[in-house]
Amino acid sequence: MNHPLPKWVDYGLIPLLNLVTAFLVAGLVVLIVGENPFEAAYLLVRGAFGYGGGIGYTLFYATNFIFTGLSVAVAIHCGLFNIGSEGQAYVGGIGVAAACLALDHYVPWFVTLPFAIAGAAIAGAAWALIPAWLQAKRGSHVVITTIMFNFIASALMIYLLVEVLKPAGSMSPETRTFVEGGRIPKLDWLFELFGSSLGGAPFNWTFFLALLCCYLVWLLIWRTRLGYEIRTTGTNPTAAVYAGIPQVRTIVIAMLISGALAGMMAINPVMGDQARLQESFPAGAGFVGIAVSLMGRNHPVGIIFAAILFGMLWQGGAELAFDMPNISRDMIVVIQGLVILFAGALEHMYRPALSAIFFMRQSSGAPASAGQANTGEA
Amino acid sequence: MDLVIQVLDSTVRLSTPLLLAALAGLYSERSGVFDIGLEGKMLAGAFAAGAAAAVWGSPWIGLLAALAASLAMAVIHAFASITVRGNQIVSGVAINFVAAGLTALLGQSWFGMGGRTPPLSGGQRFNPITLPGAEALKDVPLIGPIYEGLISGHNILVYFAFLMVPVTWWVVFRTRFGLRLRAVGENPAAVDTAGISVTFLRYRAVIICGLLCGVAGAYLSTAFNAQFGQNMTAGKGFIALAALIFAKWKPLNVLGACLLFGFLEAAGIRLQGVALPMIGQVPVQLVQALPYILTVVLLAGFIGKAIPPKAGGVPYTKER
Repeated sequence: MNHPLPKWVDYGLIPLLNLVTAFLVAGLVVLIVGENPFEAAYLLVRGAFGYGGGIGYTLFYATNFIFTGLSVAVAIHCGLFNIGSEGQAYVGGIGVAAACLALDHYVPWFVTLPFAIAGAAIAGAAWALIPAWLQAKRGSHVVITTIMFNFIASALMIYLLVEVLKPAGSMSPETRTFVEGGRIPKLDWLFELFGSSLGGAPFNWTFFLALLCCYLVWLLIWRTRLGYEIRTTGTNPTAAVYAGIPQVRTIVIAMLISGALAGMMAINPVMGDQARLQESFPAGAGFVGIAVSLMGRNHPVGIIFAAILFGMLWQGGAELAFDMPNISRDMIVVIQGLVILFAGALEHMYRPALSAIFFMRQSSGAPASAGQANTGEA
Repeated sequence: MDLVIQVLDSTVRLSTPLLLAALAGLYSERSGVFDIGLEGKMLAGAFAAGAAAAVWGSPWIGLLAALAASLAMAVIHAFASITVRGNQIVSGVAINFVAAGLTALLGQSWFGMGGRTPPLSGGQRFNPITLPGAEALKDVPLIGPIYEGLISGHNILVYFAFLMVPVTWWVVFRTRFGLRLRAVGENPAAVDTAGISVTFLRYRAVIICGLLCGVAGAYLSTAFNAQFGQNMTAGKGFIALAALIFAKWKPLNVLGACLLFGFLEAAGIRLQGVALPMIGQVPVQLVQALPYILTVVLLAGFIGKAIPPKAGGVPYTKER
């Protein structure tokens, strides 16, 4: 029954239909709580793109989601579903904080940054190591172990923040505030170039780091030997083993890269915004990465667009909650869930219908088409 | 003695939602449908029960609402993973998000109490039941305190949860449905060849899973607590999932695992700020993380081996 569909349907029409369905259902939810969906959508888009500060926040959130989206995508290319980006990002915060706490008094921020990047990547990768190793060596399902590691991460981080990192005499579970040398400057000048202003939005240099990571991930997955091995292991593990690709090594490396990318997300909020390590700072960005990766079809370019869409939802959603008291920020979580549902789990919902339509058009419209002719000869 | 009874008593209370959710997961996963959406279904059930019980003033109406809400989520999961053959993990993640968002959003918009439902009092919730003879036996040494303090005095959902353990064992290992359920999780093609519908079997399993998660949710908001609070499951669905794996997908082991994890939680609350002899003060966070750590250790194959149903996570496609 399932006939192959043209490429534009596969990569254009079906994702679009899925997304539209998700937003239609979200609109229905808005109707249920007694607000006008069109007005809500207008307020949301205006809050996200209507003024300089809004765009700044949208791009700030998008930066987080690019990192976590890439993290999920690299694992998916290897056939692994890393739900642990949230925990890896959280633990990655330790690496950032360690670099900043050690160096911020002595050197300018651009000297601290490489150490923070390394620290974040190493801490994030370390948190992915055990699930990776268990999956590769023992066959324990990476989904389950990464879920467990998210919870362990949150217990560990609260312990560290409360018992170890909190400065004496302070009540809130967070590190001391970093001075100049541990803060990434905002990109006000970029906005002023266009005659706009960033306002208070924490949009900073990390955005470019995220874009660089997109390029590097593209390079890795599609232009290197390791990337080829990762994709082969992901598409057909048996064939990969038969072709002499070391399975354990590939799985572990893919998960380490995934963890490192998730960890690097911590740079943006910790060093670019709050200038301190706080309790549960990832705030669900790791889970948004799943939606971003699914929507972006695991490709860096798609991930950038999907990340900006979700950045828009987070920023616009906050403004929407302010304008429409009936719609709280939780609407974003609903939309996120619906996107994961329709773009992910129900991805193939429209496929049978579409393939029936296209097959009908082919057979009725052009009776002498290639497919028909072939069957005729046979 | 009193302290022991108290800790064990709160163990029972804290284990109940885990037990219901883990048994729910058992049906689904034994049939070959992975379910990481236990958390979301429980949360939806808890919200529906809390809201309905507050509005109509009866815990039984609350329970019905919880069953309906959780069932709706389960049917979405079944449709996505059985009919459309989507990714079961992705579907579970989606359900967790939709439930977390919807319950908070609707709670805020309907009741305007920051995502909570109105507090329940008296007959609006499931109240403790004193078993016959509890008062009379109270003073008998050993048996008295255990019967009166530990076994008697729980609400009906607690007894239901513990009753579901032998019932599940009997259903899974002693009935025709159970045999087919286990078979479809191991080798759906064989079941299909025998002329039994894989789709129908799996749908039934996922529906049972939804109903039990609904009871677990109702327990949280109308029995254990007296109102729904935002994200009140707080990871219980995942602990239940951990318990299910820890129990190697066997009903009697599930009871043990849930009691263990419930005990850890009860002990964690007790140990807060207390210095133990020899060990010193145990970090609360360590006790809280223990269920997860234990599950990872088990998965690593250091304490026996947890082997999931063979066809778990794989959508079944009829051969042509």
